[in-house]
Amino acid sequence: MALPKSHNYDPAHVFDVMVIGSGIAGMAASLFAVDRKLSTVQAGSAGGTLFTSGLLDLISVYPIEEKKMWADPWEAIAALRNDESLHPYARISNDEIQSAFDEIISFLNSRGMKFRCERNRNLKIITSMGTVKYSYCVPESMWHGVEALEKRAPCCIVDFRGLKEFSARQIAATLHETWPDIRPFRVPFPGMEQRNEVHAAHLARALELSETRIALASEIKPAIGDARYVGFPAVLGIRRTPVIQAHLEKILGLPVFEIPMMPASVPGFRLKEIFDTELPLKGLLRLIDKRVDSVTRAENGNFLLNIGGEEQPQLIKARTVILASGRFMGKGLLSDRKGIYEPLFNLPLSQPSGRHAWHHEQFLNPAGHPINSAGVEVDDSFRPVDGTGRVIHENLYAAGSILAHQDWMRMKSGSGVAISTAYAAVNAIMRVIMDRSIRDTA
Amino acid sequence: MQTQVLIIGGGATGTGVARDLALRGVDSILVEKGDLNSGASGGNHGLLHSGGRYVSNDPEAARECKLEGDIIKKLMPQCVENTGGLFVAVEGDDSNFIADFPSFCVTCGVPCESITPEEARFLEPTLSAKIIAAYKVEDASIDPFRLTLLNMGQAVSMGSRLLRKTKVTGFDIRDKKIRNTRVMNVDTNEEFSIEAEQVVNCAGAWADQVCRLAGIGIQMQYSKGTLLVTNDRINYRIVNRLRRPSDADILVPGGTVSIIGTTSTPVEDPDAIYPTVEETDLIISEGSAMVPVLERSRFVRAYCGVRPLFGKSGGSDGRSVSRGFTLLDHSNENVENLTTITGGKLTTFRLMAEKTADNVCSKMSITAPCRTSIDPLPAADDSRWTEPGISPKKWMRSHQPDDIMICECEMVTKTVVDEIIDSLKSKNERPGLADIGHRSRLGKGACQGAFCGARALAYLYERGEFTWGEGLVEIGKFFQERWKGIHSILWGDQLIQAELMESIHCGLFDEELHTTLK
Ligand SMILES: Cc1cc2nc3c(=O)[nH]c(=O)nc-3n(C[C@H](O)[C@H](O)[C@H](O)COP(=O)(O)OP(=O)(O)OC[C@H]3O[C@@H](n4cnc5c(N)ncnc54)[C@H](O)[C@@H]3O)c2cc1C
Repeated sequence: MALPKSHNYDPAHVFDVMVIGSGIAGMAASLFAVDRKLSTVQAGSAGGTLFTSGLLDLISVYPIEEKKMWADPWEAIAALRNDESLHPYARISNDEIQSAFDEIISFLNSRGMKFRCERNRNLKIITSMGTVKYSYCVPESMWHGVEALEKRAPCCIVDFRGLKEFSARQIAATLHETWPDIRPFRVPFPGMEQRNEVHAAHLARALELSETRIALASEIKPAIGDARYVGFPAVLGIRRTPVIQAHLEKILGLPVFEIPMMPASVPGFRLKEIFDTELPLKGLLRLIDKRVDSVTRAENGNFLLNIGGEEQPQLIKARTVILASGRFMGKGLLSDRKGIYEPLFNLPLSQPSGRHAWHHEQFLNPAGHPINSAGVEVDDSFRPVDGTGRVIHENLYAAGSILAHQDWMRMKSGSGVAISTAYAAVNAIMRVIMDRSIRDTA
Repeated sequence: MQTQVLIIGGGATGTGVARDLALRGVDSILVEKGDLNSGASGGNHGLLHSGGRYVSNDPEAARECKLEGDIIKKLMPQCVENTGGLFVAVEGDDSNFIADFPSFCVTCGVPCESITPEEARFLEPTLSAKIIAAYKVEDASIDPFRLTLLNMGQAVSMGSRLLRKTKVTGFDIRDKKIRNTRVMNVDTNEEFSIEAEQVVNCAGAWADQVCRLAGIGIQMQYSKGTLLVTNDRINYRIVNRLRRPSDADILVPGGTVSIIGTTSTPVEDPDAIYPTVEETDLIISEGSAMVPVLERSRFVRAYCGVRPLFGKSGGSDGRSVSRGFTLLDHSNENVENLTTITGGKLTTFRLMAEKTADNVCSKMSITAPCRTSIDPLPAADDSRWTEPGISPKKWMRSHQPDDIMICECEMVTKTVVDEIIDSLKSKNERPGLADIGHRSRLGKGACQGAFCGARALAYLYERGEFTWGEGLVEIGKFFQERWKGIHSILWGDQLIQAELMESIHCGLFDEELHTTLK
């Protein structure tokens, strides 16, 4: 298995950074690293990003057992820092968090996926489950949904025959008390009228064609009446969402918006597409669908990372590693009956004393399952440490959901933790490099 | 409402009584507080005992099992997989017990054939290399869901009525007779009463609670047993450990899975029981002495049931109390028309039903004889969706071009869901998501319900079955049902699935903020 030639990969080359993992944390780390002109390589299968809904959450619930929701994420973070000094947010300043978001968002904006965020407040948005949730930063394609909800404006929600996980009726029924004027409207998807089952990704591709949009609009028009907005499942195209949205708005004469839905989601595809195609243009060596199999450390401290498997070892050399390999789904953490493990570096983990203490008897117990706060402990530079606070390797960093002392699923902080810790890790690497070059030139 | 006999409890025994009475021409109503088989009949091992397990400590139960097992194999073959069974001893097991086993079997009339450890390992390649003795017996595996549904199905086809989610809350007793039985619909809290000549208490581990409603105290203990289901079937025959009954010493195959169990722990209350992590670990370490691959197997579910035990226990875990059944005619306690049947085994359910019906009929001066020992159990349709594998097969055969797959792991289609909903509604019941889960494989595949639960919910809204925000409560209940079964086995692949489920339903949809825990 040869490495992609287009990157002029030289096996002797020593990368500044190897990023392990390609969820939001891995992608963000790669972006921040290439933006800082570090020679960067990234590996990991693409699963993670596909499971993101497209919403970039910062935090909205704290303390989780009280189900307390915060309109202002910074207030939530202040409360959190006050009680939980080990949470990753306690090691990063608000300015850094905001800069991390700014950098990601400006990159995505410049590559055609626009986001909206109001800096000092979370945005309220509806989901396909009919719940209303807070998020910090939403794709532009969902923005009118935020507006429509705020105004409780008369709104038509369209769904498609055969799109099994999205029911406009369900949304309308579930939201009825908060937002009475939602009119569900089901249509066959133009060109797919004969199919019993349609899939979000196929619909998104089909909507890239203007004929499909025109046909769709003419199906919907009769149902609009005095509705002021039209909501859709999140399927408005993959690469050209702004154009598609603008076109639909023009022919329908109304603002339209997308509603986040079950994974694998189309907004997730959009993110993956951008990262996969745009980051290499910035100089990233992106080893798509390769996993790091094992790691050794050379005498000079550089990491040798095998991406070729046991049979045909293929080594990458890197001065530093950012471990953003995720939790169990990403296989950054493994588990058996006796405990949980970090397989690549065999890092010590903070974890409950035994399996009996991993989960509550109630799945939806508001306290959150203790296992979800287990993970890698780090210092203020995001370097993994052992139980006594000793750094494991001075050139190994960790970012994202693999970190201990955070339950992103319950605090609604997945993207926020991923993006801000990736930012902190890259900056820590930069500081070391700067120090070293100052020392070298002195 | 009026009937000749009111039956309380929809497990194997209660539904067996309903069928037995129906075949004698007696009208009955069966009330069940939960769903059919929500008690021990849905939480057992599914072993149709040859009797071998009881030859050493309960010869009477062993004889009953032998005779009843033969009848069930002959008359209800659609519920049985006639696998045969083995008893095996491993190094360190009691050699006296091993030597005495065949003579115990002879005394009880339980067929048993000695084979060499090599022969045993040839028959069951997953057996440990440390097997030192083996016997062949006539064990089989039985599907308790099918059994109950078919028994009830025939009773209903002959005029019996079934009221699920209907709990007995009290009796109006006058002149030594129950005049009215008060019941409540547990969904709507609506109360009503049923007038019956005779009342039969088939409430299993809840039998003493029911007796108490009539002012009668019966001495009962509860023993909880936990079992684990493997992802793949790892044995062909039943494998029993050749020793006095203990923890995790039986491995029962059935369909595409194997089930290892059980434990036996005394509990105070038959409700609110969960399989625990400690039990799970105990079962795996004990079971792997016989079948080492269990140490590495993937488990898909854990569940438990409660055994009602009578009389004083000699041992601490209740295993030494007889597994025979108890028939109590409460005439002596001043309630002439109440009969309680409890204890026993799934294997002996038919006999228990026969004895009960005999007693009740004689009190009503009905002389029609029992037919269940001669009439085959008719095959019917109501149970077909719960059997692993059958839904996919049927779908392949007759899949309508416009059918839609709601559950992709277990191939539960829209048509199947429609049929379940229609059948529930025809009985005036509100179709909930958890009810569909009980009657189908929905949520029982790899995704643990994360995807199909949401699809089924969307579909229920589309059909207009749900009309406001109740869906969030419903999906919470549905996940909690699934969770009970996986909570103690969440490691490896199962933990990955659980994380996926939580990341979608909590991480994205915030469901935990919108449902209130009971
Ligand atoms: C762990 C375990 C493993 C077992 N393994 C085997 C085996 O392998 N082979 C075998 O032959 N036997 C086995 N058994 C025994 C067998 O499961 C039981 O003997 C049998 O299922 C009992 O059936 P039942 O109908 O008497 O009781 P249950 O199935 O418990 O039925 C009682 C019903 O009454 C209902 N009820 C209670 N109170 C009320 C009320 N107030 N109003 C209305 N309804 C009410 C309950 O909801 C319940 O559904 C096992 C038992 C356990 C616990």
